[in-house]
Amino acid sequence: MSEHIATKRTYILVWVSLMCLTAATAGVSYLELGRFNIVLALVIATCKAILVALIFMGVRYISQKMTLVVIVAGLFWFLILVSLSMTDYITRSWR
Amino acid sequence: MSDTSSSVAAHTPALEHHFTTMEQQTDAAVMGMWVFLVTEIMFFGGMFAGYMIYRYMYYGPWLEGSQHMDFWWGTINTAILLCSSLTMALGVRASQLGQRTSLVVFLLITILFGLGFLGIKGIEYHGHWVDGQFPGANFRFPGPNPRQVELFFSFYWAMTGFHALHVVIGIGLVAYISLRSWKGAYGRAYHNPVENVGLYWHFVDVVWIYLYPLLYLISHKHALE
Repeated sequence: MSEHIATKRTYILVWVSLMCLTAATAGVSYLELGRFNIVLALVIATCKAILVALIFMGVRYISQKMTLVVIVAGLFWFLILVSLSMTDYITRSWR
Repeated sequence: MSDTSSSVAAHTPALEHHFTTMEQQTDAAVMGMWVFLVTEIMFFGGMFAGYMIYRYMYYGPWLEGSQHMDFWWGTINTAILLCSSLTMALGVRASQLGQRTSLVVFLLITILFGLGFLGIKGIEYHGHWVDGQFPGANFRFPGPNPRQVELFFSFYWAMTGFHALHVVIGIGLVAYISLRSWKGAYGRAYHNPVENVGLYWHFVDVVWIYLYPLLYLISHKHALE
C-alpha cells in the first residue's frame, strides 16, 4: 500500500456528518412510523458505518486487493447468516 | 545507493527478515488485522442474528424492554464514541506524518473518550441492576410478558457487555501504543501498530453504531404512545 494520508479537513467533515446522522436518527425515533422506524434507523446506521469504514478505517485507500476480498467475504458471510435465518423464521407461519 | 527506497527499507530495524519491503510488511499486517476483524464480525454477528430472530418472534415484549433504555445516555455515548473515532483517526494521521507529540495527545484524548463511554455505561448498568432488569433469579418486570422481556435484557447485557469489554481492551491497546509512541517507537517509516489499533477502535465504534438504534431507538418512550 503506497500510503495515503487523508487531510484533517476530510476527517473533520466525516465526523461532522456522523454527528449530524446521529442527531437525525435520534430525532426520527420520535416520529411514529410503525415498522419503518427500524428500517430508517438501520439505513442511517449503515450510512454511518460506511463512512467510518471508508474514511476512518481507510478502506477507500486500500490498494491490496486481497484485503478487500477479506472484507467483502466477511460482510457476505454476515448477510448469509442474517438472510437465511430470517427467511426461515419469517416463512414458518406460511401455509 | 541507486535504489534509495529499498536500501532505506532494508536498514529500517522494524522490517522483519521474511518481508522484502516495508510496504509488503505493512500490507500483510493490515490484511491480517482485517482477517481478525472478520472473526469479530462473526462473533458479534451471531448475537445480532439472534437479536433479530427474537425481535421478530417477540415484537411486543422487545418494544417494552427497549422503553427501559435511557435514550439520552445512549445518544450521548454514541456521540462520545464518534468523537473518539475522530481523535483516533487524527492520531493515526499524526503517526503517518511522524508527529510524535500530537500522536500521543490524540491517543490520550481517545482514551479519555473511551473511559467516558465506560463511565456512562456503568451508570446505566447500575440503574438496570437496581431496577431488577438483570436476567436471572432477581429479574422482575411488571407486565404480561416478563419472560420475553427478560430475553430482551439478556441480549442487552450480552451485546453491550461484550462491546464494553472490547472498549476496555481497546483502551488497553491505545494506552500501550501511546506509551510506545512517547518513547519514539513509531515514525514515518514504521507506524503499523498505531494503524491496526486504530482499525480495532473504529470497528468497536461500528458495532456501537448498530447497537444504539437496535437497543435504544426501536421504541423509546415517545414513539409508542
